[in-house]
Amino acid sequence: MSPAPAARSGEQVPPIAEAAHITKRYGETVALNDAGITIRPGETHALVGRNGAGKSTLVSILTGLQAPDEGEVRFGGDASPRLADRDAWRERVACVYQKSTIIPELTVAENLFLNRHDRGGLKLISWQTLRRKAAELLDTWSVDVDVRRPAGELDVEQRQFVEIARALSFGARFIILDEPTAQLDGAAIARLFTRIRTLQEQGVTFLFISHHLQEIYEICDMVTVFRDARHILTTTVAELPHAELVAAMAGEATGLQEPSTRQAVPAAAPVLLGVRGLSAGDVYREVDFDVRAGEIVGLAGAGGSGKTEVAETVAGLRAADSGTVEVDGRRPRPGSVPSALAAGVGFVPRDRHQQGFVPMMSIADNATMTIPERLGGGGFISNRRRDGLAAKMIDNLAIKTPGPELPVMGLSGGNQQKVVMARALANDPRLLVLITPTAGVDVRSKEFLLGKVEEIADAGTGVVIASDELDDLRLCDRLLVMFQGRIVAEMAAGWHDHEVVAAMEGVDLDA
Amino acid sequence: MPDTKTAESPPTGARPPGGGGLRAGRIPIARLRDFALIPAVIVIAIVGQIVNPIFLQGDNLINILQTMSEISLLVLAQTVILVTGKMDLSLESTFGLAPGIAAWLTVAVGSGAGLGLLSGGWSIPITLAVGALIGAVNALFIVRFGLNGFIVTLGMLIVLRGLLTGISGGQTFFNLPESMLYLGSTLWFGVPVSIFLCLALFIVGIVILGFTRFGRALYAIGGNLDAARAAGIRTDRVLWIALISASLLAALGGLLLSGRLASVAAAQGDGAIFTVFAAAVIGGVSLNGGKGTMFGAFTGILLLYMIQNVLTLAGVPAQWIEALNGAIILIALVLSRLTGGKAQE
Repeated sequence: MSPAPAARSGEQVPPIAEAAHITKRYGETVALNDAGITIRPGETHALVGRNGAGKSTLVSILTGLQAPDEGEVRFGGDASPRLADRDAWRERVACVYQKSTIIPELTVAENLFLNRHDRGGLKLISWQTLRRKAAELLDTWSVDVDVRRPAGELDVEQRQFVEIARALSFGARFIILDEPTAQLDGAAIARLFTRIRTLQEQGVTFLFISHHLQEIYEICDMVTVFRDARHILTTTVAELPHAELVAAMAGEATGLQEPSTRQAVPAAAPVLLGVRGLSAGDVYREVDFDVRAGEIVGLAGAGGSGKTEVAETVAGLRAADSGTVEVDGRRPRPGSVPSALAAGVGFVPRDRHQQGFVPMMSIADNATMTIPERLGGGGFISNRRRDGLAAKMIDNLAIKTPGPELPVMGLSGGNQQKVVMARALANDPRLLVLITPTAGVDVRSKEFLLGKVEEIADAGTGVVIASDELDDLRLCDRLLVMFQGRIVAEMAAGWHDHEVVAAMEGVDLDA
Repeated sequence: MPDTKTAESPPTGARPPGGGGLRAGRIPIARLRDFALIPAVIVIAIVGQIVNPIFLQGDNLINILQTMSEISLLVLAQTVILVTGKMDLSLESTFGLAPGIAAWLTVAVGSGAGLGLLSGGWSIPITLAVGALIGAVNALFIVRFGLNGFIVTLGMLIVLRGLLTGISGGQTFFNLPESMLYLGSTLWFGVPVSIFLCLALFIVGIVILGFTRFGRALYAIGGNLDAARAAGIRTDRVLWIALISASLLAALGGLLLSGRLASVAAAQGDGAIFTVFAAAVIGGVSLNGGKGTMFGAFTGILLLYMIQNVLTLAGVPAQWIEALNGAIILIALVLSRLTGGKAQE
């Protein structure tokens, strides 16, 4: 095991970066609550936590994009520069984000030296010098990319290396990698790790953020766990068994988990959804599962596991490369939402703001969007019939509104999600597909929505819930866990949180 | 899990250094794209020569360059703005209004709508000042208030055109002061000044866009605004300068045309913006920003005017030129799409 570099260099050396007692609020939400992290020179430090743990907020505070409400950031023992002094921040810390910060139309060389081009006589840019210096820079850090290529032509791996080299060229020796492996294949990940180790020898310190715990054991010295906006623990990776790490991320069982009151689905219940051999490129492979009438099946998985895409394929939002989806004995045309609707699929999409509703249209318009044929004949819509239907839905789902004519954007998050649910239920679906149905919803609405799902299942509808929120998945009769595009585990109701989290993160608890 | 970090990692120099051998002597494709229209220009020149032997004679070439010199300044201006990912429709109205206001203030009373308030010497400063002011108003709306550039400049296009109609009473200003005529009508070595001016400005444009930090900042802003800001570029200031310079260039272009025609018509520049956009896009400038060069834009407008000249020489009736012009623009776009390989943005 690699010793913690702190021990090598002695405790006197100040941490290269330190955030202490950071609190950050966005309105009502507390993104960080008296949390902190200390990163010593030369180590590769992992930051892990489930969605909403506060990782992204910490990164934006550590890179000077946001100021904390309380607490302070120090670099090498000194106070952090002013927020406006971008150059000073860039000399201390750099972050390679998942979202690219290169300009695709410009060449690699120009991206490396943007706004600090080399200039010759008359203050004109000397492209030759620029290219030479860019090539030298990439050579120094052993990045094998032609600097004349437009940066947009680079693949994710090359782009990351270029961004790392650019960060180093500013003088920063502390680099944050925000989920660098999320879009890479296995071989590229191995090359990235080799690169990280080489740079580490050359004195570069990394903060490594990843959803894949296995990678942390492979590459990191230290690990810090955040949960629910708080700092949970910091320790050397070598001293932390897998199970404890997962437990730290998942948290203790919070209170009593209500025992499932659901009746077992009779074995004779008809199969409503049959998914066979579904594959789509790297996104998901060979996915097989059934959902019976009255059954609630969960699709669990971290971001990028393919669970969302499988659910979207069932709903007709995307088409698979191969394999079949059979709904209630029919095969809707792949990639066709109308065909899926006609087959009896109701759908709550991933992001309600993007796919769930039209914010400026009324509740009535939004809720009845999937059933224009019931609102009148010949392509015309009867407002009376529409509002009548909508009023019933508002009643049924307890949407808090003065009336059906209110634009959806005037509602709270929970009520907006109820409108999306109403839209999904409008065509009396035989199969209901929900993706992260309670994201950004208050606790009461959450309970209500999940209760509604249960009620619908009891009435004989098949339900698929794709989510990484354990709370969404508790009511499932069966849970299918996806990892890197495949179903890796199937669990009956009554699973333990840490089992599911471990499977979602691709960790073997017995290792 | 690595036991020791040193054992597993290869030494820094182990990888081949950046493929240096491959790089030498290869012409980057991006360079070739700049010259994409040159073959088309040559083909049109040959066709023109076959249609009418007058085509390649000096007088005719000067004629082509002079007639395009004014509008080419609008192309120059529009290219600067398009590269940043914005657009300015109002340039065509600035093209008319700026010299229009100069004429209004300097033309003697009794001659049309002239007020005769100022002496003729003021006409050029006024033209340029009006141009800069319009650019500043555009920038105020677009950069400061964050309004959509298309709608803002569409509004400005209508307002400015209306102002020119208002001050001129819909009539044409004649009897312009000497200084307004100079740039548009004087010959140097037998070649109109406006040609020298236009070519010189394009060369300056090529240098600025290709070889200065300011020029590269325009591309960075058009390519990825957040990344440009993150690189320390003062994006707002760059946009202000771009919008003001563009209007200034449009005013100068209007001045050239007024000088050549010795008048400012109320409709000066009306409808020119469509040709300007067509020339820029044919020349490889992306409407989405971040892509295109000044040289490409120049070949775009050159090609359009050469084709127009060939049609005239071929004796195509004037009534049909408009329709043919539109068709040519569409054909040129299809061709540049086919040769460029990527979908037009």
